[in-house]
Amino acid sequence: MSLKAIHILFIIASTALCFGFAAWAFWTGSHEEPANRLNLGMGIASAVLGVALVVYGRYFLKKLKDVSYL
Amino acid sequence: MEIPYVVHPRRDTGLYNAKVGIWLFLASEVMLFGALFSSYILLRVGAEAGEWPTHLLNVPIGTVNTLVLISSSVTVVLGWAALKVGNFAKYRACQTITVLCACAFVGIKSYEYNDKFHHYQVITKDGKVFDGHLVSRDKEAVVLHGHQIDASKGKALGVREASRHGDHGKEIEIKADDIKKIDNYGPAHNTYMSIYFTLTGLHGLHVVAGALVIAYILWPGAGMYKTDPERYINRVEVSGLFWHFVDLVWIFLFPVLYLL
Repeated sequence: MSLKAIHILFIIASTALCFGFAAWAFWTGSHEEPANRLNLGMGIASAVLGVALVVYGRYFLKKLKDVSYL
Repeated sequence: MEIPYVVHPRRDTGLYNAKVGIWLFLASEVMLFGALFSSYILLRVGAEAGEWPTHLLNVPIGTVNTLVLISSSVTVVLGWAALKVGNFAKYRACQTITVLCACAFVGIKSYEYNDKFHHYQVITKDGKVFDGHLVSRDKEAVVLHGHQIDASKGKALGVREASRHGDHGKEIEIKADDIKKIDNYGPAHNTYMSIYFTLTGLHGLHVVAGALVIAYILWPGAGMYKTDPERYINRVEVSGLFWHFVDLVWIFLFPVLYLL
């Protein structure tokens, strides 16, 4: 497995973490009284980063389309 | 005698020597971290209900460290891609950022460790539990900046739980004669802190080792790019594989230790 392949795996795991963390932050932030603004902010930032990683992943695949996965 | 397959892959495996070597090494690393993760999970599911400590770690700081490591993986791979098309200057810039990210990660982790070693829990003889950062300590009294916590939840609560409810702490003086037990949130505090320090300490050592290897290839070892560029690019790829493994471990460590 080449660096390209493990990087794609890493980006998938990071994207899953970003969306998972966003869900955690929204859930914990909104279940407190008053709402935890820091958690809500981190949730929004994490969701945005998750989308950015998806865009980056597509760019990366295009850029290294000639490099082997092995 | 020349060693074969240091640059070009073997026909049967499709891999050059160093790549076979790093994957064998990473397989042993998976077993090492896998055993520690399993220990954590077994200890956690085996704990009495409500006894496992939560909210002891600073999530925003852990989040920043996660961002730092994700960024470093992107720069590692972009540097390798730049080198493959002959852009050494871009490779050098990207790898320098990677090394700086590694330093930032270790710096932030050190801050977290330092905070835990100055964070104390005091249990008095009449059953009260105080939690906070050490201000001073002498033979007569201990002064903490923190708060008194609910003794019934004393084993599970941390500073973050109290701050959430608007209690940001105050200075509390506790006489030495009244103290039944005092200890900091170091590895000996409880099972959770012990495994937290083991897992993150081992991971931190891997970050340092990876940064040293990348820095060596980047600066003192860069001469090989002129004499044997393909072999040099392979070295960069192998160091990048190790770096990605280290970052993947953190991607699993962060939610397990900080969020759950």
